[in-house]
Amino acid sequence: MKAAPHLAELRPPARRFDVARIRDDFPILKQKVHGKPLVYFDNGATSQKPQSVIDALNHYYNAENSNIHRGVHYLSERATAAYEEARSKIRGFINAGSNQEVIFVRGTTEAINLVAQSYGRSFLKAGDEIIISAMEHHSNIVPWQMLCEQVGAKLRVSPINHDGEIVMDEYRRLLSEKTKFVSVTHVSNALGTILPAKEIVALAHERGIPVLLDGAQAVPHFRVDVQDLGCDFYAFSGHKMFGPTGVGVLYGRGELLEKMPPYQGGGDMISLVTFEKTHYNVLPYKFEAGTPHISGGIGLGAAIDYLQALDWQGLAAHEHALLSHATESLLSIHGLKIIGTAKEKAGVLSFVFDHVHAHDIGTILDQDGVAVRSGHHCAMPVMQRFGVPATTRASFAFYNTTEEIDVLVKAIHRALKVFD
Amino acid sequence: MSDLDDLYQEVILDHNKSPRNFRLMADANRKAEGYNPLCGDHVTVFLHLKDGIIQDISFQGSGCAISKASASMMTGELKGKTEAAAYAMFDNVHKMLTGEANGDDVSRRMGKLAILSGVCKFPARVKCASLAWHTVHAALKGETRPTTTE
Repeated sequence: MKAAPHLAELRPPARRFDVARIRDDFPILKQKVHGKPLVYFDNGATSQKPQSVIDALNHYYNAENSNIHRGVHYLSERATAAYEEARSKIRGFINAGSNQEVIFVRGTTEAINLVAQSYGRSFLKAGDEIIISAMEHHSNIVPWQMLCEQVGAKLRVSPINHDGEIVMDEYRRLLSEKTKFVSVTHVSNALGTILPAKEIVALAHERGIPVLLDGAQAVPHFRVDVQDLGCDFYAFSGHKMFGPTGVGVLYGRGELLEKMPPYQGGGDMISLVTFEKTHYNVLPYKFEAGTPHISGGIGLGAAIDYLQALDWQGLAAHEHALLSHATESLLSIHGLKIIGTAKEKAGVLSFVFDHVHAHDIGTILDQDGVAVRSGHHCAMPVMQRFGVPATTRASFAFYNTTEEIDVLVKAIHRALKVFD
Repeated sequence: MSDLDDLYQEVILDHNKSPRNFRLMADANRKAEGYNPLCGDHVTVFLHLKDGIIQDISFQGSGCAISKASASMMTGELKGKTEAAAYAMFDNVHKMLTGEANGDDVSRRMGKLAILSGVCKFPARVKCASLAWHTVHAALKGETRPTTTE
């Protein structure tokens, strides 16, 4: 796992990573499902929330609820301060250059749509090309297809090898004078592959091509430093990094954001409105029309506080141990095939059997309290690439344990018995 | 019997392993494709309709045990039936899978298909069992757009 050192150096952790203590912070993990202890392995879909995040949401509605950037009254000032403080925390978390480069959105999907529509419609034209990879989530495919239809641009797909790694030579070959945008995932949600993001960005930048990284599956697992990556845009969701649903972040380089027109019109994104002409607000508010998800933003700030206090070296070692143990244990199951065997991987294990469908596995595992995802993981082209209709995916978070992986393995054996 | 045993009964597992009428039909005069966009299951249902009667029915595709078994049993049930009887059966299956029909109704009206009634305890799997039925419905109506369970 890669770790950008800047934040770890800034804040030494209060104590060593201890998974038993960590689990105590997540109340939902204590519950039973169908009479069995919950084993939550669907973190790629959404992560669970620590008590401190739940408390922050409660506190906001109990004591601070008010609209932001508007009232002169006490509550409005408090809510505004809390919301803007969360923006500062996010800036620190991803090492953005300034708060103006941190735009609150609903999630990764909205962040990508914002860039496709605002940047794409302004600066791309017929004949231009956009490069994505063959392991994108639908949210990093469809917004670009929509843009292509609107402006007549062409979508080019950078292929992956059989381990689920991007083929860099092919990517280099695809880059040309026609390429006007690159948008790739940082970590594949279906395969777990960690892409060589820095290299992808550098190669595009040699030709002056801007790059968006979809970081939804990256931020929960390792440190992300947007300036070190050099990317122009970075998109991620709060709910996959232990924060609330409905809130996410688009980081954009100020220089590009300044040139881009607003994505949506409405309140908060204006400085002056007359019926003849409207003057837009400054960054980041230009891209934040309407009352935002205030409690969500504050909750995301609380999630970042929680993450900042963790021992990230210990966390990385723990997640690495989880993935190794899981990979080894699953491969010992007769007939099981892992889809996604990249050298650099985050805690995601997708697997299939020839004779048992992922859905049936998912239902049977659930009866043993084990929550996994079965299906195409919003990445149908990835499924096609590997010639499978669906996979079962176990995706880990730092609160998971090796004992839980043993429960998963036992449950898989039980499922296989049904189809013997 | 646990809910799980109820879902994966021997008969269902057998249909999954050796699906009946699992073949392409060259002389089909009705055909429809069905997708379950949530899980990627897809099925193609072929019909040979003559004088309002389903002379032959077959299917192809890929899916979980529940969707395959449901499609396989459906072909057995509908072969030789009139169009009207097929529509009526579609309605009954729908009621059974969503738990709207009561137990007596199910065993009286559904015959062999009653074995699929365990699915209603697994809401996430209802669409697996209903995919083939939605698809045959579309084939009977002569719809050309792929059907989805959404």
